[in-house]
Amino acid sequence: MERAAIIGTGMTKIESARHTETFADMAWEAVNKALDDAGMTIDDVDNVVTTSNDFWDGRTISCMAVGDASGASHKNVSCVEGDGTFGAFYGLSRALSGSYGTTLVTAHSKGSESISSLITNASFDPIYDRWLGMDMVSASAMQANAYMERTGTTSEQLAMVSVKNHGNAVKNPLSQLPMSLSVEDVLGSEMISDPLHKLDCSPVSDACCAIIIANESRVARYSGCPVWIKGAAFCSDAFFLGDRDLSRAKALTEAAAKAFSMAGITNPSKEIQVAEIYDAFTYQELMWLEEIGLCESGTAGSKLEKGEFDIDGRLPVNPSGGLLGGHPVIAAGLIRIVEIVKQLRKEAGEYQVDAKRGLAHGVNGLCGQSHCVWVLDSEG
Amino acid sequence: MGKNRVAIVGTGQTFHKSHRPDVNGQELINEAVQAALKDADMKINDIDAVVIGNMDHFEGINYVDCWSVDGSGGVMKPIIKLTTGGTTGSTLAIGGYHLVGSGLFDRVLVIGWEKNSESDTTGAITTAFDPVWDRLVFAGAISGLAVEAQSYMAKYGATDKDGARVSVRDRKHACNNPHAQLRKEVSIEEVLESPVLADPIHLLDVCPRTDGACAVIMASEKYAEKIARTPDWIWGTANRHKYSYLGDVNWGELDSMAEAAGEMFEKCGIKEPRKEINVIEMYQPYSFAGIIWIEDMGIVERGKGAEYIWSGATDMGGELPINPSGGVIACNPIGATGLIRCAEAAMQVMGRAGDRQVPDVNHAVSTGFGGCMWTDILLHGKQKPQI
Amino acid sequence: MGAGTKNTFDGIEPLVHKSQISVPYHWWAGETASRFFVELRDNKKIMGTGCGGCGKTFVPPRKTCPVCFTENTKWVECGPAGTVTSFTVVRKQQEALHHKVPVIFALVLLDGADTALLHRLDEVSPEDVKIGMKVEASFSETRDANMTAIAYFKPAS
Repeated sequence: MERAAIIGTGMTKIESARHTETFADMAWEAVNKALDDAGMTIDDVDNVVTTSNDFWDGRTISCMAVGDASGASHKNVSCVEGDGTFGAFYGLSRALSGSYGTTLVTAHSKGSESISSLITNASFDPIYDRWLGMDMVSASAMQANAYMERTGTTSEQLAMVSVKNHGNAVKNPLSQLPMSLSVEDVLGSEMISDPLHKLDCSPVSDACCAIIIANESRVARYSGCPVWIKGAAFCSDAFFLGDRDLSRAKALTEAAAKAFSMAGITNPSKEIQVAEIYDAFTYQELMWLEEIGLCESGTAGSKLEKGEFDIDGRLPVNPSGGLLGGHPVIAAGLIRIVEIVKQLRKEAGEYQVDAKRGLAHGVNGLCGQSHCVWVLDSEG
Repeated sequence: MGKNRVAIVGTGQTFHKSHRPDVNGQELINEAVQAALKDADMKINDIDAVVIGNMDHFEGINYVDCWSVDGSGGVMKPIIKLTTGGTTGSTLAIGGYHLVGSGLFDRVLVIGWEKNSESDTTGAITTAFDPVWDRLVFAGAISGLAVEAQSYMAKYGATDKDGARVSVRDRKHACNNPHAQLRKEVSIEEVLESPVLADPIHLLDVCPRTDGACAVIMASEKYAEKIARTPDWIWGTANRHKYSYLGDVNWGELDSMAEAAGEMFEKCGIKEPRKEINVIEMYQPYSFAGIIWIEDMGIVERGKGAEYIWSGATDMGGELPINPSGGVIACNPIGATGLIRCAEAAMQVMGRAGDRQVPDVNHAVSTGFGGCMWTDILLHGKQKPQI
Repeated sequence: MGAGTKNTFDGIEPLVHKSQISVPYHWWAGETASRFFVELRDNKKIMGTGCGGCGKTFVPPRKTCPVCFTENTKWVECGPAGTVTSFTVVRKQQEALHHKVPVIFALVLLDGADTALLHRLDEVSPEDVKIGMKVEASFSETRDANMTAIAYFKPAS
């Protein structure tokens, strides 16, 4: 892969409900922040990729809501429907294909404007499965049980993820749910769907995020500090939940392996120094860490107990507070990328860790069907 | 212009119908995919990545990229969804072009599909517009198009008879296309006597609702010449999705087409499109667009569109045939439609267009339309582009 | 820019426009799913389709094998007994749910099938559900040609 870097990032604060803003208002804020961060004007942006979801936005052609505010009126533009990491991947390909030197990528959603149970129920197959009335939470709970059964991971270990991430969020001014919790608080919170308590689940939030990707030939032109894209890959597993071994994430392992190979990484658990993982639910942080290869299968829970993934641990995971700290669907993966960029540029303020190379991860679909993995480096 | 050459090496479509009760959405997608693989003499394992799209609210399925994998061949592959309303199909083609052109993938399967019979098309399209400002006064796609036609007619004196001549052309062309849904000719009188939907648009001026899927395989230069004897090289792409609010639109002129076509022709070195382009597959959702948008494309001067159509220049056998496939008036599975235009243009360049083949095609243009008067445009060519 | 906007609108109640997308859907099941449902309704049989290439039997049935990409021409009767491969007990009422909590959802790998069917468990208390337990289909008395022809799965007798 040719060299490309992220040279600007911007995001709104993650909130439970941004009453006074439309999608366009949020995009305007995030895009302008990214432009300022990169030292660019909108004219320096060669093309735009927005990321959104028609169901979450309650409008078909959801990209129409943010195109103008993202500066796309007189530019080439496209829209990815899926997590922001996928939108960023497409944006990357457009910066590498020779047609454009810089791509602005945005991702947004306002969870406050819809009913998440119904929205995620709509991802079930309408002929065979949707009638059951399941949604993202019940499906994920089923996966959590399978994972815990196979690996022996305990509810207490799951709770520790919540304690860690909400605790990390305290230092992140853009997060939605900074909280000082104990394991007992998590286990004592309302049971939503066995084994997931309320505090095992991320919220569904409002936010918009934007990044600017530049290919090598354009990076030096702008003042934004570049964070280099060393590897990026995505992969999807089968769709029907019964077709998969829910306790494993083959597609994630495949995507991660490809991203590591592109980046020349042979020992990920040693060479990755910070990770922002898609923790829509507590068990997911542990499961994805194992399936990515950042620790061996079945060991994430005990490593977490030993403090290895704490902000001052061997491999800080979700120093930003992750999705548990604030979860605007669709934008969430792009925010993982932004958080790694902040870490590698040493701009993470009170939740800064010491890292030169990091991993960002996003998910699309039920129970982590489709994954996108990014490897970023402060050096080219 | 990209720096890596990209070509279309195979295409496939279903035989489009008003409804396909014999298959569910996945199975419909699979038909088109199998047809494209057969056309390119490839296996699903040869595909490095899949790009798919449709308009969510026509089928009511969320995360279609995930849901489709059994039919689209995406199991244990990278699969990504693009969706931009009516322009989805052409946006997908542009997506394949960049994914291959980036060097990240060598062989990409591009799929557009729609099962419009499964929902209320107008009800779904209306949700595209801003819920506070536009949605309550908007009555689906046809009302917007009628406003455009009225504006053009007021400026240039065209009439609904001019629109009808375009319908006659496309419905006649469709008779040569075994994949088209509507394969019966219509006369000017029949068009003008058909019920008025929104003045000046008659029923026979507009597209039907269709269940259909289309798949296109794109490959890098390294692979393209091994797979296809005459690959269809993508010379360039451009698009404009400007306007989010109906009140902002410059009615009567398709600004997005003028800007996008202008950009594409310029960067591809096309100086006189009317002379250098041999065939156009235009996403023309209603007849009048066939008059107006060729002016915006730069084929003829402003106000001369109707005259050009009446001259027969855009009929089969004319100097610049438009919609040899019968176009959108004969067939409209919305998420696929833009990709079908691309596939039909590719077939023209590759010499695989059967009874609808235009002779000696060197350059073809395919376009997409949708959203709030948006345009996508692609330039296809038999020769390799300069890079 | 942002701060200026906030001052202008201070003290003004934001407008909330409530609406619903009202797009009715009816999905064509296709011939494969139709046959599956008809067998449930008429014969109380759970049928899967088998791939001639990899040999896998799919429940719910697929017209083509997702991996081999060839048409599955074999129809294979599966179940009615099977094994629970995973499950959850929903405790808090969610908008998508039709039943009142607690509701037990499970993946059931039917005897003879290689993929598990997503369904509901009943006639069992949540505490007694285990991964690996044997269950069997309980068919509805009056059946339509859809998944509700199987009312739920219950512990195997």
